[in-house]
Amino acid sequence: MSLQPSYLPNYFSIDDILASQERIPCTFSVNVQKLGNLNPSSEETDLKAGTALELPLWLVQDLSTGRQPVVIPELPKVYKEGYREILKADASAVDLHKFNLYYFELGSYVRVFDRKSDVADTLIHAFTNRFRQLMDVIDSTEHNPTDFQRMDSLERRLFKESKESRMKLHTWLEHSTTPIETAAMVLNHKKRKRGTDL
Amino acid sequence: MFGEKAVELIKELDRCPTSLPPYNTDLVSEVNNEMRHLIESNQDDARSEEENRSLSGESLLPTIKCRHSAVIRNIRCLLAYHYNRLRVLRTMRWQFGGVLPSDIKQNLSHLEVEWLTKYSNSLAQYMRSVGEEGINLATNLKPPKSLYIEVRCLVNYGKFELNNGIVLLLKKNSRHFLPRSECEELIRQGVLEHLVS
Repeated sequence: MSLQPSYLPNYFSIDDILASQERIPCTFSVNVQKLGNLNPSSEETDLKAGTALELPLWLVQDLSTGRQPVVIPELPKVYKEGYREILKADASAVDLHKFNLYYFELGSYVRVFDRKSDVADTLIHAFTNRFRQLMDVIDSTEHNPTDFQRMDSLERRLFKESKESRMKLHTWLEHSTTPIETAAMVLNHKKRKRGTDL
Repeated sequence: MFGEKAVELIKELDRCPTSLPPYNTDLVSEVNNEMRHLIESNQDDARSEEENRSLSGESLLPTIKCRHSAVIRNIRCLLAYHYNRLRVLRTMRWQFGGVLPSDIKQNLSHLEVEWLTKYSNSLAQYMRSVGEEGINLATNLKPPKSLYIEVRCLVNYGKFELNNGIVLLLKKNSRHFLPRSECEELIRQGVLEHLVS
């Protein structure tokens, strides 16, 4: 998907919806009746205060705010001290995709669960550090799939977009005329059709 | 867990961002049922909460809050599902032209077909209303450098009549020198290939 120009987070953004589906560990601070089925490890009908569960971010966001928070969220482990140290040491060597597919996007949500602003600082530090490497990878002509595999979804999006625009600039400088091309979707559709014919 | 089915819809779109998967009627109605169930139990609980307010005891408010945010989440997923499908559909209208291939059309719900017809009509109406004779916005997407261009035919297309009455036979691998304005659409549809030396 393109980098959407509308307000952030875009209500309709697929990436944002998927990022907010990630699970956050949290503890219930009050009894919640009738919703025992949220806890797969118990058979009771009610959720007791003190139960620790992993809930999706969208639910945690709604329940942890307000005058009487229902749950108290914790930082997911990939944003905790230990992992932050790894990022601080050398962010560009890290396989961020293994940490979390939506590391930066999710991070911008969970940073509020951390009372000190350490998470936010680490995220900025990691992004600026890795960005330089990202630009290098985009510039290089040889394609190394392991570089791509180690990026989180935001970096992948940047990678694809800049690769594309770089190619466009290149053809324009080279030929200065741009050929009319078959529309991308038509091309895709044909390829798929050919696949089914065989 | 709440909202699982709704996210399944979103994942479906995420897997193929440039094409349309079949409209998932079953899953959409399952999500609708889940929401109806959540709203009904919330109404019941809200009523009993009202009645028992004076009595001491556990409050049902946290339960209601949980269900309510699940409803809101489901709504967001459903809206995003339909909106993003329409976005793809709109792009397709521009890329494929007025007529979509039948295997893509099969994947649409009847409301989407209806929307596409309306969109095409509004588009055509607008293009007719611009200028004195109307203007085709689907041509000259890239600035033209010359009136005639060299093209190669990629498929056995058959006969093609130019505006000046000459009829060409477009055979596979044949080369032609044609007015740009008349063959641009065929290039976009993958019938011809623009040759740039």
